[in-house]
Amino acid sequence: MLLYILKRLLMAVPTLLGVLTIVFIVVRIAPGDPAMVILGENATPAAMEQLRAQLGLNVPIWQQYLNFMGSALTGDLGRSMITNRPVLAEVGRVLPYTMELTVAAIVIGVALGLPLGVIAARHRNRATDLVIRCVSLLGLSFPAFISAILLLLAFSIQLKWLPVIGEASYADPGQRIAALILPALNLGLIMVAYITRVTRSSMLNVISEDYVRTARAKGVPARMVVWRHALRNALIPIVTVIGLYLGVLIGNSVLTEIVFNRPGLGKLIVIALNSRDYPTLQAMLVIYAVMIVLANLATDLMYGVIDPKVRNQ
Amino acid sequence: MSHTATATVDSRLGRFARLCWRRKAASIGALVTLLVALAALCAPLLAGHDPNEQDILLQFAGPSADHILGNDSFGRDVWARILYGARVSLTISVAAIALAMVVGGLLGMIAGYRGGAVDRVIMSIMDMLLSFPSLVMGLLVVAVLGASMNNLIIAIAFTAVAPFARIARAPTLAVRQRDFIEAGRALGYSDRRLMFRHILPNILDEILVLGSLWLATAIRTEASLSFIGLGVRPPTATWGGMIREGFENMLDAPGLVIYPSIAILIVMISLNLLGDGLRDATDPKLRNE
Repeated sequence: MLLYILKRLLMAVPTLLGVLTIVFIVVRIAPGDPAMVILGENATPAAMEQLRAQLGLNVPIWQQYLNFMGSALTGDLGRSMITNRPVLAEVGRVLPYTMELTVAAIVIGVALGLPLGVIAARHRNRATDLVIRCVSLLGLSFPAFISAILLLLAFSIQLKWLPVIGEASYADPGQRIAALILPALNLGLIMVAYITRVTRSSMLNVISEDYVRTARAKGVPARMVVWRHALRNALIPIVTVIGLYLGVLIGNSVLTEIVFNRPGLGKLIVIALNSRDYPTLQAMLVIYAVMIVLANLATDLMYGVIDPKVRNQ
Repeated sequence: MSHTATATVDSRLGRFARLCWRRKAASIGALVTLLVALAALCAPLLAGHDPNEQDILLQFAGPSADHILGNDSFGRDVWARILYGARVSLTISVAAIALAMVVGGLLGMIAGYRGGAVDRVIMSIMDMLLSFPSLVMGLLVVAVLGASMNNLIIAIAFTAVAPFARIARAPTLAVRQRDFIEAGRALGYSDRRLMFRHILPNILDEILVLGSLWLATAIRTEASLSFIGLGVRPPTATWGGMIREGFENMLDAPGLVIYPSIAILIVMISLNLLGDGLRDATDPKLRNE
């Protein structure tokens, strides 16, 4: 198992280097001078020169690349152009809010999606299955910002059950939880749709396997066959999809944070966008990509836990 | 026992529902998508008003005979803006997916056909691209390039290239081993001829099915970017931009948010129905389900 973990860790290194390189290229595909883009066309040459120096743009491109890679690998993602604080510090400040939101969403997604998918597979092509599939298709069709706005309209504005945006004081644990409910539901319900769908199809694949028939034949109760034997073997594709879904989840969390006016990485991005704070945007993209690479790593390690065959390859 | 009784009712109901579902869901999806595309195409005929015509007296006016969905914060006709917004959303999404299909499909085909180092390099770059959350990547590309229709197309295509490369590579690998490719090579056909005349027709189905599924994603990304404020610049009507404007006035006029949302949902649901139906029809594993 240790060898397996080490091998996977080593394999993540070139991916990380590649990801950093892509970020470097993307930020520099812009036509024209970034200093002019940021300051506008009426900026004085002196101010532009100063900004270029500040952004490290006054050296040849290959040196910019080495500087970028070097500082990124040592954990220095640059400073915000607006606050002049290290981006990593800004991110650290709001990360707990985004984490509590995404973790809550994943919990909701797994807690509802897994059983719904199994139930749909057990009642394949019957009415129950069809209803679950329709609902899941509806969930897949909702852009996160639309579902967020509709939840807000329904529960905060019409019914007044939950606090309206921006009123929560996050120091107070009760208010903090109340402010989490709708955003977490929004992200979570979309995730339920994804997990239900993949659980269903994965279970359908497994249910027709010989060992399931054998278990049935020797008299293991149907409930036990499904939840103990089949689900365990259906888990790998499900874990894969949850891992792959992280990218969507991050995008959706950005939109959700904007609609609910929550502090978090999403709001940081919007502020950076509005103030043309490119160093922050670049750093955020790096952080997100690293998060996803790490999540893929965790997914791979999960395979090892779920399936002994993977471990011993 | 009661279990069997419910099972017969359930399965009879289910068989009927399944028949309706299988046959009709995909066709309804296709039909509605076509209708929306047609409405977008004929926007000038159906709108009845100029989407950018402002009338401050009609600010936040509710639905009326002349303005069936009411008017927005500038007194512009919401129905007309939704129709014209459909043009922008559909043009950007279709163009972006077409671009991703061509670029990704080619890369995947080359990777699968050449194999070896070419394959490894192309596919590891694709894997790296998959490590970026597509909305944030799209957002950065648009922020860097500037918000225009072409740049939005490029940004959205960029986020969708990798899946197409993947889906094109796998069947190319399989087809490459087949006898008719070997025969073609023996006849001295060029690689290009083999790839485009003999391999492409065999993998086109899968690429097109993925395209229909990704069209919904592209529409969602375009709407999301517009909602964040990175869409085609105002006053051009876009669905995401309308929701963005409506969101600011949600308490006074919830319709400004709800109508464009419904438009997006209609397109998303019908594209998902269509994509699912196509995938079921082409996936042999699901066909006898």
